[in-house]
Amino acid sequence: MNQATPHPLTLAMLMLAGIAAPLLFPAYTNQVAVLWLMIVFASTWDILGGQMGYNSLGNIFFFGAGMYTSAVVQIGLFYDVGMYTSGARTTHIVFTTAQYFTGFAIGTIAAGVAAAVLALLTSWIVFGLRGPYFAIGTLGVAVAGAELIASWEWVGAAAGISMPVFPGAPETQKLFFYFLLFGLALLVLFFLRWLYSTNFGLAINAIRDDEEKAEAMGLYTRRYKRVAWSISAFFLGIAGAIFGNMTGFIEPRDIAFPTTTFNIFMILMVLLGGKGTFWGPVVGAVVFQLIKEVTWTYFLGWQFVALGLLIVIIVVYFQQGIVGWLMEKYPARFGIRVAPKDEEKYARSLGLAPHPEGAE
Amino acid sequence: MNDAIIEVSNVSKSFGGVVANHNVSLAVQRGAITGLIGPNGSGKTTLFNSIVGYHPIDSGSIRFESREISQLRVQEIARLGLLRTFQTTRIYGKMNCLQNMLISIPHRKARFFDMFSYERGEVVERAEHLLAFVGLYEKRYLRAGSLSFGQQKLLEFAMALMNEPTVLLLDEPTAGINPTLINGLIDRLKRANLEFGITMLIIEHNMRVIMNMASKIYCLAHGELLAAGEPAEIQRNQNVIDAYLGVH
Repeated sequence: MNQATPHPLTLAMLMLAGIAAPLLFPAYTNQVAVLWLMIVFASTWDILGGQMGYNSLGNIFFFGAGMYTSAVVQIGLFYDVGMYTSGARTTHIVFTTAQYFTGFAIGTIAAGVAAAVLALLTSWIVFGLRGPYFAIGTLGVAVAGAELIASWEWVGAAAGISMPVFPGAPETQKLFFYFLLFGLALLVLFFLRWLYSTNFGLAINAIRDDEEKAEAMGLYTRRYKRVAWSISAFFLGIAGAIFGNMTGFIEPRDIAFPTTTFNIFMILMVLLGGKGTFWGPVVGAVVFQLIKEVTWTYFLGWQFVALGLLIVIIVVYFQQGIVGWLMEKYPARFGIRVAPKDEEKYARSLGLAPHPEGAE
Repeated sequence: MNDAIIEVSNVSKSFGGVVANHNVSLAVQRGAITGLIGPNGSGKTTLFNSIVGYHPIDSGSIRFESREISQLRVQEIARLGLLRTFQTTRIYGKMNCLQNMLISIPHRKARFFDMFSYERGEVVERAEHLLAFVGLYEKRYLRAGSLSFGQQKLLEFAMALMNEPTVLLLDEPTAGINPTLINGLIDRLKRANLEFGITMLIIEHNMRVIMNMASKIYCLAHGELLAAGEPAEIQRNQNVIDAYLGVH
């Protein structure tokens, strides 16, 4: 139904690539794992930013919220959180294999649910806003989240939390988190593929194109907006939980709520790949991750200059993104049809122009 | 059937110091086509917006099927079956015509999880039938934003019909449409009124159009009701002629 509906075969190939990657290039497992995370970021941002036309600058809030929720649940299930995070603690705490995995499983689910609930709560405030005000309002939510955690002693404040240690060899750990992030990315893609084919997809597209009209047609637009935000929050919360355990150490400003890195990356990837298209965020994430790894490796120290340059180039010269550009160039391949330029011809086919059995 | 489906009584609305509507009363008969005319800035669109709930009214009452609706929100009023089209045509530009139609289904029966259902069979057929009705069937997979202005107007009309409204409020349906298309549009409006039984309240500047269609016409000037009556009476009414020629 939607523009550029993904072919099942394409998804199958993606799946194959995901399984093959760590086996073929074991040295790059972590980089590819982060790529899957980036795809989750970009695709969930695009639900609002692309499909619904609401540019959020605060999605990272749910990533951080999920990360901290999972940490608190994983620790809290077996120990006292305040004691665990206390800077004065000298005892070494070890989680058994069973403790680690039950905690991780429950923590991850709790992270998704908590993020979705937080999205529903904050949506009361932010969806009163539109356009740039919405962007700034959501940014406020993200910044507030970081500052709140940074001053909350119980969860380790700005010093952060050392997550329970993975009970296994480093190589196993790498693959474990790789496949979790890969699975999450696939789940997100399959879910969105279904979501965009339902009336929900049509409704959020309608909100993007003309919200006032949608209201006048009887759509409860706010309900759609809140559900859309909760959906992206749910997946971001789960992503946060997995990523927090993957890095092993979490702290509010740079890892849980990185407003200037991950938060900007997710928007940038969508813009690079093409807003409001199914594959745009995925393509954007791949290209962006490549650019990022290259600049981070070869131009260290200049990477943020390169990033800034990339932002300027995309925003000024390449607003439609890679997939957007392809769709403009080859609309037929994406199942889009635009009206022919020939005025005469379509006036006639309209059946209203003066022709033999016309209305005249 | 001679009962009033919309009763507007003594409605006043001002924006700051500007009085847009002052003590306006009108009644729309069930099943009829009612016209609303008046010079530019006489408060016609403001009255429309008041009826469909775009802004709260200062005083007076608006009743739809004997139910007070002046406190309801836009979506709730739309779900009751009271629908409006816009003066500046509004369609969902980046979606194709069929998608535009499918998202315009009546939402009044929808429950929460219906937002995740999708339309097939019957509904798609109905959408295509209505697109054929306005002559856009061949364009159903075209991006709506790439249609000409007149075609977008027809699409907006088809979307309104898709919503199965009881009453349709049309804000200048023929504005900006090429004269040859106007006849076709009038014909379709009349057919929608007769075949689908949709009551209509139409704002129109084209006198030939409105005099032909409406059974009763209200004329506004400076936010107040100037005259009401059958088309022939309105045409003879000296106040109306003066208002249009700028004596007021």
